[in-house]
Amino acid sequence: MTPQPQPLLTLRGIEKRYRNKTVLRHIDLTLARGQILTLIGPNGAGKTTLVKIVLGLLAPDAGTVSRAAGLRIGYMPQKLALDPTLPLSAGRFLQLAEPDIRLCRAALEETGILHLIDHPVQGLSGGETQRMLLARALLRKPDLLVLDEPVQGVDVTGQEALYLLINRIRQRLNCAILMVSHDLHLVMAATDEVICLNGHICCHGSPEHVSNDPAFVELFGSRTALYTHHHDHHHDLDATVVEQPTDRVERADA
Amino acid sequence: MPEFLVLALLAGLGVSLVTGPLGAFVVWRRMAYFGDTLAHGALLGMALSMWFTVAPTLAVALVCIALALLITALQQRRLLSTDTTLGILAHSALALGLVAITLIPGARADMEGLLFGDILAVTPAEVLTIWVTACLVATLLWKLWRPLLAITVHLDLAQVEGVAVARMTLALKLMLALVVAVAMKVVGVLLITALLIIPAAAARGLARNPESMVVMASAIGATAVAAGLGAAWLWNMPAGPAIVLSATLIFVLSLVFVPARLES
Repeated sequence: MTPQPQPLLTLRGIEKRYRNKTVLRHIDLTLARGQILTLIGPNGAGKTTLVKIVLGLLAPDAGTVSRAAGLRIGYMPQKLALDPTLPLSAGRFLQLAEPDIRLCRAALEETGILHLIDHPVQGLSGGETQRMLLARALLRKPDLLVLDEPVQGVDVTGQEALYLLINRIRQRLNCAILMVSHDLHLVMAATDEVICLNGHICCHGSPEHVSNDPAFVELFGSRTALYTHHHDHHHDLDATVVEQPTDRVERADA
Repeated sequence: MPEFLVLALLAGLGVSLVTGPLGAFVVWRRMAYFGDTLAHGALLGMALSMWFTVAPTLAVALVCIALALLITALQQRRLLSTDTTLGILAHSALALGLVAITLIPGARADMEGLLFGDILAVTPAEVLTIWVTACLVATLLWKLWRPLLAITVHLDLAQVEGVAVARMTLALKLMLALVVAVAMKVVGVLLITALLIIPAAAARGLARNPESMVVMASAIGATAVAAGLGAAWLWNMPAGPAIVLSATLIFVLSLVFVPARLES
C-alpha cells in the first residue's frame, strides 16, 4: 500500500469469525485524506462485515482499528428499508441527523435533490434515494465517507452522474472515501485504489493493476466482457479519471 | 353519566394517550407479534399478582419486561427466526398464565375480564395508576423522540451517528411492557395489540409526518374508547371488544375516504 503521511484510518491484522466460520482474515488497510479506496468482491466476501468494523458497528476478533483523533465518519448504507406506514419526507429524513433545516437544505442542494425535500422517502427512485442517503452522510461534515454500494439500483447514466458527484464531494471536503462495490468495472473511473476481497485481501492496487491480477481474474474473469460497453461514454468526464478505464477496456477487448 | 362510566372513559383516554405513539412504533418497526407476545405474558403477570398479592399493574409490567428481555436475548442467539421465537414465547406464556390462574382458588371466575378486559369495573386507584404510567411513558417518548425515530428508520445509520442504539431499543421495549400492563385493564390480554396497531394504521392515511401520525393515532384511539363505551352502555356490548371494533370501523372509514396513498 502507498505510504501516506497522516492516515485517517488504519486496520491491522483484522480477523472476524461468525460462529466457527472465519469471514475475514489478515486484513490490513490504510486510508488517507483525499483518497478513494474501493472494496470489491463477490457476495459473501466479507465486504459488509469489513465496513461494519470500520464504522465501529462490529468489533473484530483480532487485529486493531485505529482512527485519527476526532475522526468524523459519514455513512451511506446500502439500502433503506422503510416501512410504507412511516410518513417521512426526504427533509425529515435528514433532520434525524441534523435538526437545523438550513443545513439539510444545503446538503440536499449539493446532491441535487433539493426539490424533493417534501417528497415521501418511499416514493423516491433508486438514484434519488442514494442522493438523499449521500446528503445525510454529508451532514456530518465527514473526514471519511463510507459508501456501501452507492450506485445500487441506479441506471447506467445515473451511476456516472453519481460517481462524478462523489468525486466533487471528495474534492470539496478533502475527505477520504471508502466505497463498496460488487463489480470493479462499475467503479474503475471513480477510484484511486482497489482492494479485492474474498475473506482475505486477494489483491490490491490501482484499478488497472487489480483488473490484471490473476487473483482478480480468477474471481471475476468470466464477467469482464459484460461491462466493457459501459465505458464507451466516458469521454465527457474529467480526463484524469477517464484514462484508466478507457485503456483497460481496450486491453480487455483485445 | 354514571360514575363507573366516567372512570372507564378516563381509563380509556389515559391508555390511548400512549397506545397512539407506541402503536405507531409497533407498526413502523413491524413489532405486532412482539406486542402480542408481551400481551399474552400479561396473563401470567395477573396470575402471579394474585398468587403473591402484589399490585396487578406492577406484576404484569414486571412479567412483560422479563419477557421483553428474554425475547431480546433469544433473538441475539439467532437459534430460531424471530417469528418462531415469538410464537413459542407468546403461546407458552398464555398457556402458563391460564394454568396458573386455574390453580389459584377463586381467581377462575374473572377469566373473561382478564382475556377481554373489564374497563367498566375500573377503580379510581386503577385510573390513577393508568394516568401516572401514561404520563411517564409520554414524557419518555417526548424526550427520546428523535433517537427513537432514528433507530426505527435505520439502525446502523443511527448508531454511526452516535445514537445509543441498544439503550433506545431497550427503552422502547420497556415502554411497550408498561403500556401493555395498563392497556390490559381496558381491552384485556387478547385485544391489546389491536388497540396498539389499529388506531396507528388508521392514522397512516391521514398523516403527513411521524408526529401527526402519532397524534392522530392517539385521537383515533380516544374516539374508539368513547364510541366503544357508548356502544357498551347503549347496547350492552362487552366494552373491550366494542372499543376495538370502533377502532376497526375508523380504520375502514380511513381506507374509504382517504385518497390513494403514496406507497413504495
